[in-house]
Amino acid sequence: MMTTTLTARSPNTDRTMSAQPSKNSRNNAIYARRRFVNGFNMTASLLAMGFGLFWLAWILYTLLAHGLAGMSMDVFTKITPPPGSAGGLINAIAGSLKMTFFGTLLGTPIGILAGVYLAEFGDRGWLAPATRFINDILLSAPSIVIGLFIYEMYVVTMGHFSGWAGALALSLLVIPVVVRTTENMLRLVPNSLREAAIALGAPQWKVTMYVTLRSAKAGVITGILLAVARISGETAPLLFTALNNQFWSGMNQPMANLPIVIFQFAMSPYEDWHALAWAGALLITLSVLTLNIVARWLGSQKTQSH
Amino acid sequence: MTEQAIKLKVKDLNFYYGNFLALKKVNLDIPAGKVTAFIGPSGCGKSTLLRTFNRMFELYPGMRAEGEILLDNQNILAKSVDVNMLRASVGMVFQKPTPFPMSIYDNITFGVKLYENLSRSEMDDRVEWALRKAALWNEVKDKLKQSGNSLSGGQQQRLCIARGVATRPEVLLLDEPTSALDPISTAHIEELIHELKQDYTIAIVTHNMQQAARVSDYTAYMYLGELMEFGATDDIFTAPKRKETEDYITGKFG
Repeated sequence: MMTTTLTARSPNTDRTMSAQPSKNSRNNAIYARRRFVNGFNMTASLLAMGFGLFWLAWILYTLLAHGLAGMSMDVFTKITPPPGSAGGLINAIAGSLKMTFFGTLLGTPIGILAGVYLAEFGDRGWLAPATRFINDILLSAPSIVIGLFIYEMYVVTMGHFSGWAGALALSLLVIPVVVRTTENMLRLVPNSLREAAIALGAPQWKVTMYVTLRSAKAGVITGILLAVARISGETAPLLFTALNNQFWSGMNQPMANLPIVIFQFAMSPYEDWHALAWAGALLITLSVLTLNIVARWLGSQKTQSH
Repeated sequence: MTEQAIKLKVKDLNFYYGNFLALKKVNLDIPAGKVTAFIGPSGCGKSTLLRTFNRMFELYPGMRAEGEILLDNQNILAKSVDVNMLRASVGMVFQKPTPFPMSIYDNITFGVKLYENLSRSEMDDRVEWALRKAALWNEVKDKLKQSGNSLSGGQQQRLCIARGVATRPEVLLLDEPTSALDPISTAHIEELIHELKQDYTIAIVTHNMQQAARVSDYTAYMYLGELMEFGATDDIFTAPKRKETEDYITGKFG
């Protein structure tokens, strides 16, 4: 609506401009004022952007400098060491990968199905608006609350911390992100495409599976990648679920993971632990960065094809 | 008219968008194996009428139709009619080309697979047959595995027509099929309509009166939800019975 009114109005203003050329001094004053306001706003927004970028660049620089210094083959081959001895992060890396993998595996199907329901079947009735509202709450819920919830529901019941509890907590963070992006991407699919498939006599589920979901595929995958990026740096929900482990462990035991190892090592007084914490932080940042770049690239592929 | 076989018979059709009466007591006989054009200014209800023939309106809440539409003497508005089966026998092509996000080949087979079990070679034959019908075969026969989106706009629309005829419906509804196309593609599609009417009953909505005059055997002029005049296209365009029809056709109005 906004864009149509704007585009509809601009030819009008152009016409009044050309109909009354700037001989009139009052018009010149208006123009000068507009130029000043434009310049002022432009400068202000550039400064704001510079301010934001400055801190970001500083953070990245610090991270790179310390992280690269802490990086070595040991990081990828040895498990987390006691203070003062050589070691790496391999059990934490593996733990993070495993929990992120299972968290995504659990959360994605539920998220996609719920998103499909909201976009394709939820036009009538109260269930869809209610689901959407609750999903929005879940989306903005502090992740520590999710961690506490799984602690109460799973860890207390089972009597111990475990990798599964961590994956479960992460999956609860994946669901709302995937629900939201799936719904949004499906809503971008033009209705004419659905109608065309329905007009052939296709039942609704086939229209959704083979036509609608398929044309939104790139967008939905982007959403999943963004969800993975989000959970791979989460610390709070793992604190009450997977906890930590100094050694290799199975999914049914407390499990080492990068965010909590970074937290533990960075808080410690030992220099070698600090170096490992920096290396871990760099690893997480780089993987999140990669995920975001891939997601963006996928997103742009989608817009080009349309 | 009376000696013609009637394919679709519309009886006292009222159509509501919520409380708004969009079609008022429409009565109409669409003859089999002919092209019937619907003309009239925007909002006159011609697309709405077309979308009652395959019950597309049911997708949206608040819309309902009263009266009867008989397809070969069976009331398609009756609750007992399976709407998917109905749509399989009444095909539709829309204003904008809508290729599905799959290969050209799969675009054609999508509808066929819904109601027929064909062997690989039978399916190949069907795809070729449909694409030949839509005058697209020669342009795409070497790239059937490519995405339907890779075609030009006019080719995409012919692909949609091929998809529509591939399921071998009895009636083909065309809702402004050329309004998004350039004159050359439009000419292609008009030729195609001439070809297709030998096997199908065609109903076409168009904003282009010359097009209606060129492609149709019968023309219906609609205004504000009413069917103002219906008759042989030659009569409507040369000797309209009503003043309103003449004003619209000669461009004094609309």
